[in-house]
Amino acid sequence: MSPLTILIFLPMVVGGVFLIIPRMKDQTVKVLALLTGLVAFLLSGWIYLNYDLAQGGYQFVQKSPWLPALGISYHVGVDGMSAPLVLLTGIVIFTGVLISWNMPRIREFFGLLFILATGVFGVFASLDLFTLFFFYEIAVFPMYLLIVIWGWKKTREYAGMKLTLYLFVGSVLALVGALAMVFQAKAQLGYLTFDLLELEKVAFPVAFQKLWFPVVFFGFAVLGGIFPVHNWSPDGHVAAPTAVSMFHAGVLMKLGAFAALRLGIMMMPEGAKFHLPWIILLTLVNVVYGAFIASVQQDFKYVIGFSSVSHMGLVLMGFATLNYYGFLGAGIQMFSHGVMTALFFAVVGMVYDRAHTRHIPSLGGFIKKLPWAAVAFIIGGLTSMGMPGFSGFIAEFPIFMGVWKYEPWIAIVAVISIVVTASYILRVAWRVFFGELREEFQDVPGLLVYDKVALAVLCAFLIGIGWFPKIMTPWVHVGTEYVLQLLK
Amino acid sequence: MSLPLSDLQALLPELALLVLMGLVMLLDLLWHPRRKLGVWTALGLVAVLVLSLALAQPSGSQAVWGGILRHDGYSFVFRMLFLVGALVTALLAMDVPHLGDKGAFYLLLLTSTLGMMLMAMANNLIMVFLAVETASIPLYVMAGFYPKDRASAEAGFKYMLFGALASAVLVYGMTLLYGLAGATDFAGVVAGLQQATWPVWMTVAVLLLVLAGFAFKVAAVPFHFWAPDVYTGAPTPIAAYLSTASKAAGFAVLVRFLLAALPGSTLPWWGAFLAAMAAATMTVGNFLALAQRNLKRLLAYSSIAHAGYILIGVVAASHLGVTAAVFYLVVYLLTNLVAFGVVVALESAGGTSEIRSLAGLYKRSPLLALFLMTAFLSLAGVPPFSGFVAKVWVFTAAVEAGLIWLAIVGVLNAIVGLYYYLIVLKMAYVYDAPEEEMHRPVRVPRVQAAALGVLSVLIVVMGLVFAPWFAWGEWAARTLMGG
Repeated sequence: MSPLTILIFLPMVVGGVFLIIPRMKDQTVKVLALLTGLVAFLLSGWIYLNYDLAQGGYQFVQKSPWLPALGISYHVGVDGMSAPLVLLTGIVIFTGVLISWNMPRIREFFGLLFILATGVFGVFASLDLFTLFFFYEIAVFPMYLLIVIWGWKKTREYAGMKLTLYLFVGSVLALVGALAMVFQAKAQLGYLTFDLLELEKVAFPVAFQKLWFPVVFFGFAVLGGIFPVHNWSPDGHVAAPTAVSMFHAGVLMKLGAFAALRLGIMMMPEGAKFHLPWIILLTLVNVVYGAFIASVQQDFKYVIGFSSVSHMGLVLMGFATLNYYGFLGAGIQMFSHGVMTALFFAVVGMVYDRAHTRHIPSLGGFIKKLPWAAVAFIIGGLTSMGMPGFSGFIAEFPIFMGVWKYEPWIAIVAVISIVVTASYILRVAWRVFFGELREEFQDVPGLLVYDKVALAVLCAFLIGIGWFPKIMTPWVHVGTEYVLQLLK
Repeated sequence: MSLPLSDLQALLPELALLVLMGLVMLLDLLWHPRRKLGVWTALGLVAVLVLSLALAQPSGSQAVWGGILRHDGYSFVFRMLFLVGALVTALLAMDVPHLGDKGAFYLLLLTSTLGMMLMAMANNLIMVFLAVETASIPLYVMAGFYPKDRASAEAGFKYMLFGALASAVLVYGMTLLYGLAGATDFAGVVAGLQQATWPVWMTVAVLLLVLAGFAFKVAAVPFHFWAPDVYTGAPTPIAAYLSTASKAAGFAVLVRFLLAALPGSTLPWWGAFLAAMAAATMTVGNFLALAQRNLKRLLAYSSIAHAGYILIGVVAASHLGVTAAVFYLVVYLLTNLVAFGVVVALESAGGTSEIRSLAGLYKRSPLLALFLMTAFLSLAGVPPFSGFVAKVWVFTAAVEAGLIWLAIVGVLNAIVGLYYYLIVLKMAYVYDAPEEEMHRPVRVPRVQAAALGVLSVLIVVMGLVFAPWFAWGEWAARTLMGG
């Protein structure tokens, strides 16, 4: 059994145990959850570090027949593109458990959160179409319940359902596209297979690719937050409880981008070449418009929500260039943005839990009460602006290089977003953490030690990659080479 | 006519069921075991199941009783399925007052099951009609089992009126078919139709009459009107049985008739007509389910929608299509029994079948809430529950048959379905009941809890390890279609 399989199913098994034993004590649940989170984090780190860069390709592969009659197998493995994302999921699940220490109904909360984690790990590792959809859809229901049960009372029911339906609509349409691919491949190969590694070798007819590429790509890009179907994301982020927002913006949006790459661009390169020139314009709207919208928000959490739309636009834009730098940057950006946005939402949650408001003008001076959170927010903010020395720079610089190579004016317009981002991040940091601490916040409690550990772990990755890009770029480089070789 | 030994072996499940009926009747007369009768019936059904699986598995396709019945993998899978349905229904019903303590109920249940088993085997128009009536008449009585309860009496009467009309249409179509083709056995009908000297519209009209009769049994649009009222009014365990075993029986005979008696290719617009029916059934069922406030009514509309999904497999008319339809029916039967089982438990704890009365369930009975979640997510087609794979196979069959539009209609419908299933779950998991009720747990009797637990585990297991069950469906498809 591949360690990857253990990593994928461990959270679901623990989560399932939580759900079926109603009498489990809260303390037991917390200890078990923390252990599971830690093991998942360490195991994902181990897999990341033990990925053999010289060898490349897919590693830690496990292929077991699932339904041989239809050519379906349980087939998982990681490559340079997905290994960082698996690590990202490990980081977010671990820190997510840490900052959820005082949730009500904690047994069910961790139960559902872990089932969600299994879905995410599974998608990043899938090498079989059916396996991929299976894990992708697993994410649907825990997501919904996590938001409607523990979310922000005002909008949780609306936002939870909106998010779930967007996610589901996109994926089931993509499913039809995927099935069309399978049967087209059957006509060409002579046998039925759902195996991605076999399907990607099939040269689908150009007309077929032109027809189905947008269906599959958009089906997943919805979850990546592509304009104009992005607006589930800020609503969903805001309504979700903190750990779920972290998961959601940190990992789930990457799920969409990754699957759009895996099933869209990598399977149907001709379709991609035909359609991406107009899709890149949509991502440009994401990048610039997202940043402007973020800058006019009064709600702390909505600022971060829209900044995610903007940053995920950069990921999809990087893919859309179809060149080396674009893919390299997008690959790193997926990781960097994941950690950064998880950090942001963690900080927002910490402030909100104490202030009970997220209205930016009502906040202020929190650096006196929550110095750790303030420093972490500033580190996240600098990453977000693409400052050198932080992972955001390592990610965004290649993306802009790629876009420049593709079409200079798009790069010029997109760069506006950096300026706008810097303005709103500085404004928010100033308003929330500096200035006068208001009377009613004088007695708020400080952070728990768990919170501090979570913030430290997240910051360590942002700074670590910023200073030592070598700990991430070679992986993504290997992954990018693989993608490019399919595009030839 | 003397029965050869091989026929006896083929009919072993039915004969064992007859013996069980006799035993139940005797027990009821001599011993008045009351609620224990449910346990005995269930144990008896387990014995029938075990006996059949051990001794009566078919090899190939065997003509029984001069060819009016067929003992093949296809009918065998369905017969075992009906036995499971009856078994769970008996367990769900046994603690329901004025129902589970009546011997007549169990007898009717078993009779109806016998009829359904014959439906799955029937290979002759006359046998089809006899089997359908044997299955239906006890159901009319069961739906109206509480004569003093207006809703139940109405349900029974309504079901009977609609049913009688459907039977009349069915038998009318069959007589015309006999008149045209000159035979009553399916093979003869096929041969007769192939030498048609009459215009093709006549064949289609006649077939539509027969199809209408079957569509009533499976509650496909536009013959679905009876279902919501009957499910709501009938005692809940009966509604469970109606929506699962009875629907599966309808499909069993429908698929055999369509594929054996009517190789679709001979009739040009037949496929398009069926596809339209599948699309309409899914869409009407799902959209009307959106507006429901009563759980039983919601499940009734959802069961109409599921008939639509299953019809996709039938429309595909391929090996994979039939496999998918059979797999879907197996999953659907288990899942819907759990869903209705939750309603039964709620009702016996003093609640109603209104969706509102689910509020606070997560605290009042975490176990029941978990069963509800399993069933509803499986119905919604979400992994790791088996409803997901069932849906994927029917859509796969549609795409394979080139019916991409139907697959798209299907997935869009799945979204609508997800919406209302989640709304119900939200009620159970998010909202709190009034304070005084919140502290009163919903107690589920041990037998029912065990039954629902086993089914829920099966739902998950079938969703994770689906190859063996798929192989059953394939076996059924292979023996039905050859190849």
